[in-house]
Amino acid sequence: MSDSTPPSLYAAREPVFPRRVYGPFRNLKWWIMLVTLGIYYLTPWIRWDRGPNLPDQAVLVDMAGRRFYFLWIEIWPHEFYFVAGLLIMAGLGLFLFTSALGRVWCGYACPQTVWTDLFILVERWIEGDRNARVRLWNAPWTLRKWRLRITKWVVWLLISVATGGAWVFYFADAPTLARDLFTLSAHPIAYTSVAILTGTTFLFGGFAREQICIYMCPWPRIQAAMMDEDTLTVAYREWRGEPRGKHRKAEGADQLGDCIDCSACVNVCPVGIDIRDGQQLECITCALCIDACDDVMTKIGKPRGLIDYLALSDEWREREGQPAKPIWSHVFRPRTILYTSLWALIGIGLVFALFIRPEIDLSVAPVRNPTFVTLSDGSIRNTYDIRLRNKHPEVRRFKLSVVGDQMLVLRIEGSHYSSVEVPPDTAELKRVYVTAPGGSAPATDDRTEFRFWVEDLGNGERAHADTIFNGDAR
Amino acid sequence: MSAEEHKDIETTGHEWDGIQEYNNPLPRWWLWTFYITIIWGIGYTIAYPAWPLIERATPGLAGFSTRQNVADDIAAARAANAEVEAQLAGADLASLAPGSPVYDYAVNAGAALFMTNCSQCHGAGADGAPGYPNLLDDAWLWGGDIEAIAYSVRHGIRNDQDPDARWSEMPAFGEMLSEAEIGAVTQYVLSLSGNADDAGLAQTGATLFADNCAACHGENGEGNRDIGAPNLNDAIWLYGGDADSVTETITASRFGVMPPWGERLGDAGVNALAVYVHQKGGGE
Repeated sequence: MSDSTPPSLYAAREPVFPRRVYGPFRNLKWWIMLVTLGIYYLTPWIRWDRGPNLPDQAVLVDMAGRRFYFLWIEIWPHEFYFVAGLLIMAGLGLFLFTSALGRVWCGYACPQTVWTDLFILVERWIEGDRNARVRLWNAPWTLRKWRLRITKWVVWLLISVATGGAWVFYFADAPTLARDLFTLSAHPIAYTSVAILTGTTFLFGGFAREQICIYMCPWPRIQAAMMDEDTLTVAYREWRGEPRGKHRKAEGADQLGDCIDCSACVNVCPVGIDIRDGQQLECITCALCIDACDDVMTKIGKPRGLIDYLALSDEWREREGQPAKPIWSHVFRPRTILYTSLWALIGIGLVFALFIRPEIDLSVAPVRNPTFVTLSDGSIRNTYDIRLRNKHPEVRRFKLSVVGDQMLVLRIEGSHYSSVEVPPDTAELKRVYVTAPGGSAPATDDRTEFRFWVEDLGNGERAHADTIFNGDAR
Repeated sequence: MSAEEHKDIETTGHEWDGIQEYNNPLPRWWLWTFYITIIWGIGYTIAYPAWPLIERATPGLAGFSTRQNVADDIAAARAANAEVEAQLAGADLASLAPGSPVYDYAVNAGAALFMTNCSQCHGAGADGAPGYPNLLDDAWLWGGDIEAIAYSVRHGIRNDQDPDARWSEMPAFGEMLSEAEIGAVTQYVLSLSGNADDAGLAQTGATLFADNCAACHGENGEGNRDIGAPNLNDAIWLYGGDADSVTETITASRFGVMPPWGERLGDAGVNALAVYVHQKGGGE
């Protein structure tokens, strides 16, 4: 092949100037932005009284104390499966929404979309709508352009700082940390976290925008595998719109489709594509083109929905003039029902696990080096490391006992009693000896199963753990 | 869509057996980011230790050294522990309360010291081995209270390095008693803990025991901690409780040795080990 100059393998980003649009989907997106940003910024400031010794922040990830507080729920490290369960639910939830409604997460709720939307809103307030912004982009760097740009960047930066700032409040007492941040006495990690998130928010929301979705995010690729021909996604009714053309009377307008090639759908697109070219990787299904097109269709007196939420399986029906299948028949299909059932199953499981969680708990680790010790009177002793957990906000006295063989005798290291005090909200590690007299069944059998019981002497609450007594079977 | 519909799309110009490749250009910022990482990488190898040379790697301009970091960390830990170490070194062991900061420090420090210095003979679990006492049980040759343990650790047993080492020596009776007599004593010794095979022989051994052994091991074989003479009527056998092992011990004697640790580990180290061993389950 004798090609002269190979084409460039790199291309600069094409700037996108989305136009303001009005309509039901735009309104829905405003509401979602308000709610999601509200949740993000305000959650750390909600107070929740847990009594003395415990934090009064409703949602708090206490890394140093190894506790996660969510309203009345307190998660200890050994209960991390709750977090795993929630993550699995979040994953299944995304599967469900993707199979039913395509990239609805991307278009409405993804932080990248929400913050980009917010940044574009600021941009529009300061620099004007699409046409003004295109003009400003092409204009030389005059004093006015500098003024507008710097104003915009400062507002973006303020939003970014607030974003990074809000993040750290989830990990420490918000009012205290806020005061420390302002008086420059907070931990360097807090400032570093705020700085990094400020930087990423500023860069991603202000400049990178759709580049994040197209080149960095793996989710669009994964989602493509979860969609099928029944998935409702934003599409162009090409069979109704084509051939497109300006509806001028003289040029045989009756031959043309409904699309008047006004570019309204292209101008409002935040990722800079033409939805009429079909399904595209770049499309985040924000549905703003639907609003834009519906507006135009209303003005020229045509029915709405030239661009609409469509399922591919409806395409041939509509081409043949048949009505589309009802929406519920697209949404309710084995795949979505399976996702919903799995999601609900795990959710029910987690709620159930949450309610049967004991307030006291123990875990037993038999010491296996050595498995047993022979004492001078011939009796056999086993040792156990027992972790006693007191989730109550006050000191509790726990009584330990063994059940399973009458011959087994229990002793707690460093104590003459069979009960121990465990401080509030703490896990206490105790070494416990269990001894069987020489010649008794547990002392001479290889393994004897038995059970440790722990009882809260205050309220009689009990918990148990099964383990093994090793004897000298030689 | 067929390739026919895409023929106006730019290709990279490459062709393999008629297969062409569409040109999907990478974003230019990606290219710049790539260049920046290269520049960063070069700067990194200049600032940090990187290029391996014959003796060692280039040290880097930033003066970073993992070895120095470890040394700094250790120095910082030493400095942070200096106060509690001093308290432990001067502590009255008998009155050290479990749960107090010094005690808890001693348990943890003792565990580390034990693994480094003691576990080779006494085992990682402190359960000993034939000839090396089990430190978990309630049988102690030289005493099992915390002070006695500290003394054994500090001065050691039957060593030449420390004049204050615990010392005792059992004669090798192979030169003084006949084989038959030793066999009788063996049966008597085993009978003390109810393990004799030959009651008649044990009866014969009783007199021999009273004449030769009871001075140190006591009339009933209860032992004597002042001279490290083992209790012979309990279930614990340092060198094995079968007839062959006991015969071997009587004939040739045993001479277990432990080095002194006082100089090497210091007062704080010795005290830490004493506290650690004492709370392993056998302490008195």
